[in-house]
Amino acid sequence: MSNMAWFKRKDKGIQTPTEAKKDTPKGLWYKSPTGKVVDTEELEKNFYVSPEDGYHVRIGSKEYFEILFDDNKFKELDAKLESKDPLKFTDNKKYTDRLKAAKEKTKLKDAVRTAVGKSKGKDLVVACMDFSFIGGSMGSVVGEKIARAADYALKKKIPFMIISKSGGARMMEAALSLMQLAKTSAKLAQLADAKIPYISLCTDPTTGGTTASFAMLGDINISEPGALIGFAGPRVVRDTTGKELPEGFQTAEFLQEHGFLDFISHRKHLKDKINLYIDLITNQPLRA
Amino acid sequence: MEYLEFELPIKELEEQLQKCQLIGEESEVDVTETCKQIEKKLDEAKKDIYKNLTAWQRVQLSRHPNRPYTLDYIKAICGDTFLELHGDRNVKDDKAMVGGLGKIGDQSFMFIGQQKGYNTKTRQYRNFGMANPEGYRKALRLMKSAEKFGVPVVTLIDTPGAYPGLEAEERGQGEAIARNILEMTRLKVPIICVVIGEGASGGALGIGVGDKILMLENTWYSVISPENCSSILWRSWEFKEQAAEALKLTAKDGKRLKVIDEIIKEPLGGAHKDREATFVAVSNAIVKSYDQFKNLSPKELVKQRMEKYSQMGVYKD
Repeated sequence: MSNMAWFKRKDKGIQTPTEAKKDTPKGLWYKSPTGKVVDTEELEKNFYVSPEDGYHVRIGSKEYFEILFDDNKFKELDAKLESKDPLKFTDNKKYTDRLKAAKEKTKLKDAVRTAVGKSKGKDLVVACMDFSFIGGSMGSVVGEKIARAADYALKKKIPFMIISKSGGARMMEAALSLMQLAKTSAKLAQLADAKIPYISLCTDPTTGGTTASFAMLGDINISEPGALIGFAGPRVVRDTTGKELPEGFQTAEFLQEHGFLDFISHRKHLKDKINLYIDLITNQPLRA
Repeated sequence: MEYLEFELPIKELEEQLQKCQLIGEESEVDVTETCKQIEKKLDEAKKDIYKNLTAWQRVQLSRHPNRPYTLDYIKAICGDTFLELHGDRNVKDDKAMVGGLGKIGDQSFMFIGQQKGYNTKTRQYRNFGMANPEGYRKALRLMKSAEKFGVPVVTLIDTPGAYPGLEAEERGQGEAIARNILEMTRLKVPIICVVIGEGASGGALGIGVGDKILMLENTWYSVISPENCSSILWRSWEFKEQAAEALKLTAKDGKRLKVIDEIIKEPLGGAHKDREATFVAVSNAIVKSYDQFKNLSPKELVKQRMEKYSQMGVYKD
């Protein structure tokens, strides 16, 4: 047996059990990547940001809606839309089984939820991705829900926001997934022509197809400290180029330095900052 | 406070006055009369010096290290309403060019300007106010965004020039400036440009085409800096004073040549002698200019701007 055999993967595919891929911490304590331990209740009060090291914990649509909408009141749009399996796709698991498992685990219908509600007293349409649902991957449902939410914003002339959190396009819907990049972008072009502000918030992680479409098309693109944002993931870039990646490669800070983000905001200032932008760009009196 | 060479008589008198006041405080001697006399002399010296500034002296004032810079103006004028926006969506966020949205009263403006540093570290960080192509592209991106939403644009000009670097050429410094100039002639929202310090050539004009061009009293605006002009035409750096005179680069000259529209008066001795007063003067000038254009249709606005630039130049037919 050669030494190389030590590094060989014995089991094929992704073996991590779904319970281990949680976004939001469960239990009494949360340990941040720098090793700081936080009481989960305290974490919740601090906008799911570890108070000692400022680490922004991955959260989902439930938490973002809670942060952005006044008194957590909102109307969910197209809540019933669900994925089909047009390609009868199978890897080591059937796509239909994967969908079923994801739904059971997350209690979500797919990887994005869209809603309209008041944020600081004014209407805002938000599409927020959920990474816990098959890695926040974008298939037909994600594309359609985003397009419909944009339509809603267009019809009612309400500012629009997408919160990206995605590994990219959903492989199990192949080219149909790819076309969601074009579908959502087309909708954003309509929104732009109607001069309705569109804010893109790129959260950890925003990669692949989302970066190559709506995530980078905001009137402002913003992010949270330390978020991973990129087209090809860091491992792919390293393996392809054979080069060591610079420190901080593809972090929000790296992206801002390279001209792609308007600003990076701590989650506790998020609601204030997006509404300040909306008031400024629409020339409305600033809301207190 | 730092003093320029021609300000030394003022420095001397100010020191005398301080000494005199100190004697008055620390001893029984009545210094009221002496102090008064020195104050009078000081007033006269100030008037004498500042009312008769040469072109070169104004160039020096425009570069005074205590002079307020772009972000000082924006933050003073907009306060908490300012939201800085970054990046050209292409290669970089140029620190020599800043921009963002802010309010004056109820009105939103898109502010854009070159930014200088105030000490060695920040001067390097800001590249001495010399923008790269990405700086001009960032400026254009913000202008187009303002245009999309009907927000007027204010540019604050303060640059010793666009950065003459190797990479700047590779990324198309000329193209970036040219593109800005062209787009600014037809932008569908009012553009108000204020020269707050140095207005050096294409680097300045790259954010300097607009409906109203204002210059602070002690600034300069020309096709080249006096030093570079001296080195090229006189083949020596020694003739900068003469070059400054010859270039007719002061605000007064600019107005006479119809290159600019109005001069904003500065406090005696320069903008830095009373920053608050300067901020108020600039803010008022922006509002007054905007009032002039806010009711024009985009079509009429652009037509007027095009006509204005068609008139530039002096020639014999």
